[in-house]
Amino acid sequence: MFSSTKFNFIIPIISVVLGLAAGAIIMLIFGYNPILGYQALWNGVFDSGFFMSETVNRITPYILTGLAIAFAFRTGLFNIGAEGQVLVGWIASVWVGTAIDAPTVIHLPLALLAAAAAGAFWAFIPGILKAKLGVHEVIVSIMMNYVALHLTNYLIRDVMTDNSESTEQVKQTASLTNDFLIGLTGSRLHLGFIVALFMVLVMWVILERTKLGYELKAVGYNQHASNYAGMKVGRNIVISMVISGLFAGLAGAMQGLGSFGTAFTNTAFSNLGFDGIAVALLGGNNPFGVILSASLFGFLKVGALNMSTAGVPNEIIEIVIALIILFVASGFIIRWALLQLKKGERK
Amino acid sequence: MENYVIEMLNIRKEFPGIVANDNITLQVKKGEIHALLGENGAGKSTLMNVLFGLYQPEKGEIRVDGKQVEINDPNVANRLGIGMVHQHFMLIDTFTVAQNIVLGSEPKKGLKIDMKKAVREVQELSDRYGLQVDATAKISDISVGMQQRVEILKTLYRGANVVILDEPTAVLTPQEIKELIVILRTLVKEGKSIILITHKLKEIMEVCDRCTVIRKGQGIGTVEVSETNPNDLASLMVGREIHFSTDKKAAEPKETILSIEGLTVQDSRHVDMVKSLDLDIRAGEIVGIAGVDGNGQTELIEAITGLRKKSAGKVTLKNQDITNMPVRAITESGVGHIPQDRHKLGLVLDFSVGENIVLQTYYKKTYAKGGILSFKRIFDKAKALIKEYDVRTPSHLTKARALSGGNQQKAIIGREIDRNPDLLIAAQPTRGLDVGAIEFIHKRLIEQRDQGKAVLLVSFELDEILNVSDRIAVMFDGKIIATVDPKETNEQELGLLMAGSKLEKEGAHN
Repeated sequence: MFSSTKFNFIIPIISVVLGLAAGAIIMLIFGYNPILGYQALWNGVFDSGFFMSETVNRITPYILTGLAIAFAFRTGLFNIGAEGQVLVGWIASVWVGTAIDAPTVIHLPLALLAAAAAGAFWAFIPGILKAKLGVHEVIVSIMMNYVALHLTNYLIRDVMTDNSESTEQVKQTASLTNDFLIGLTGSRLHLGFIVALFMVLVMWVILERTKLGYELKAVGYNQHASNYAGMKVGRNIVISMVISGLFAGLAGAMQGLGSFGTAFTNTAFSNLGFDGIAVALLGGNNPFGVILSASLFGFLKVGALNMSTAGVPNEIIEIVIALIILFVASGFIIRWALLQLKKGERK
Repeated sequence: MENYVIEMLNIRKEFPGIVANDNITLQVKKGEIHALLGENGAGKSTLMNVLFGLYQPEKGEIRVDGKQVEINDPNVANRLGIGMVHQHFMLIDTFTVAQNIVLGSEPKKGLKIDMKKAVREVQELSDRYGLQVDATAKISDISVGMQQRVEILKTLYRGANVVILDEPTAVLTPQEIKELIVILRTLVKEGKSIILITHKLKEIMEVCDRCTVIRKGQGIGTVEVSETNPNDLASLMVGREIHFSTDKKAAEPKETILSIEGLTVQDSRHVDMVKSLDLDIRAGEIVGIAGVDGNGQTELIEAITGLRKKSAGKVTLKNQDITNMPVRAITESGVGHIPQDRHKLGLVLDFSVGENIVLQTYYKKTYAKGGILSFKRIFDKAKALIKEYDVRTPSHLTKARALSGGNQQKAIIGREIDRNPDLLIAAQPTRGLDVGAIEFIHKRLIEQRDQGKAVLLVSFELDEILNVSDRIAVMFDGKIIATVDPKETNEQELGLLMAGSKLEKEGAHN
């Protein structure tokens, strides 16, 4: 029999392989050449330094939203509101990035902090409502997503600009872009990936090494036993949501201070927060696993842009991603199949 | 040749690192009640899961009615007429009895489920076996004992000839146990065979025909119950002599440790469950609270430990008023609590044994500096307690969920005693445990008393109350209605008191 850690590793890999295989079958059905399609996908990322950098830029916010959702899952909560937290983090970072003047050592950290704080506050609301009134965090945070979408649009159009679709660029002192990196790749590659990797460590340390993480996990696993042990259950729920929101807020800053250097109005969600759910699940809710799954997502999203050169429409890659998620979500079926195989071997 | 309905021959089942069943043979005759006896973790459940198709054995063969079969899934077991009633019921609370029973094999009328027919069939079955179940009642509205009968009906509805019952009496009141025994006898009379997984020797002596003993995964043998006695069974099971009544010195009670005055506590429905209760416990004594489940014992303990709000009254620990303190402050002021429900309250099952050992102390300076936990120190403590309290676990990193009930309980008891509390509250500390573990736990409780601690024992088992307590407080309808000396009372008298009748003897009231 497999141990559970082995399972946590094997199932995502099998899911990805099955997803890619199913994608190939779909391409075949619609008359495209899957080998050429996947070749284009691969080349779309690895053919040029420019696209490799673009991929890193794509991976960075995925890591952070993946962490946000994984952190909530690990402490017994479902933060489906990461989407809204990304948006408020994004605009908060841009606001600080455009509104004040300060040297980089102050300006950039302050802008990042603003994003984290905004995301944390956005998650605090469903957290406190759950702790005090027992309202389910999924309901509240979904609604908070819409509030965030429309609020940020209003702020951009009517407060930060005069009826414009986009804010001005953040000042260089608050920007994550770096001349050296730009010179190296000719891309928009920014320093955000360092922030994201650092936050991976932060999540790992909080969950695995601190008193706080011990409490948060205990409450997530068993509220009754936590109460028996003298922990404050409600307070821990709020803290969990706040930390989760903080990660998501930073994901917004990666866009606002890095990839785009600006905030613009959206008619629909960025999907960074929603994709983060898949990233977290594929990564087994483990911070290091999240790096791997976020990389895969970033790779697929950027590479997909190139698939049209092989005549494969972009939508196919969305289908492949959806299939991978489907296979992850039905991980227990894979687990069952593995066990059947094991049994067969023995006979 | 004997006519066996079930034969499991030389079964071997391995898990990574352990052999759960090693060469076990179990042969059940048609129409008998066959006990499967063993300590917690001896491999009883594994063996039954093999029979029920949940596990595949590495070696050995299974025969049903003399024919060799391969049971690789519970549906196969069902088809072969094997039914199992698990210790934790698998019922849907919001469904009716009949809906639960037909679930998965519903009688159909066209595309619709023929509920009328289902109710009729279930009611017929129930009447035939004298189960007295109301097929239209909702599961959430019926007692635990009734729910168990629904589980039995479920196996019968699916055509079971052999019914496996896993620790069926662990959740029942004494009255319900008597009724269950009658039901088991009826089932046998109707030609069914029963395998009873248990470690309660009294029940085996009372209802079983034969008994197969397993110890540490090994088949020890099968005995005729009529030719044995509880002492022999116990030594077969544990592999050494067992003392049923724990030896102890006379208590030497000293100063009052816990004092409860006029305590009133409501349950979650805002009904008074503890009504203006007074109770004192002194250092160096064990006070046993006897009572039928549901007379306010749970609420009393939850109120003392701060888990439940008190509506009136005062609780004092060593002259310190702890009435309105939060849980942690009460714990720190010297209260140890072995909770009744070890899965719900006592352990975080998905934490490792080591992490569970510091559930109330993780934040202390010894284990946490500047918010960072020292897992070295935590695990050192865990390893020490695992050794001292004989917690059988592959390692301190094993999840608490993976331990047997007895070992989970030993871990909790070790944790609580190690905090060196002045008052140790033990609620149903031996529930569902085998005689070896019970003996161990009773010894520990008495040891605490001898070291001058106050011990409050709540139990629904009269044997336990009579055996361990120095003073028995009988709780009925939220009040202590009598306090008696265990040496001057007996089960009959306690039974009457627990049912609410007043004590006639002069001076017995406290």
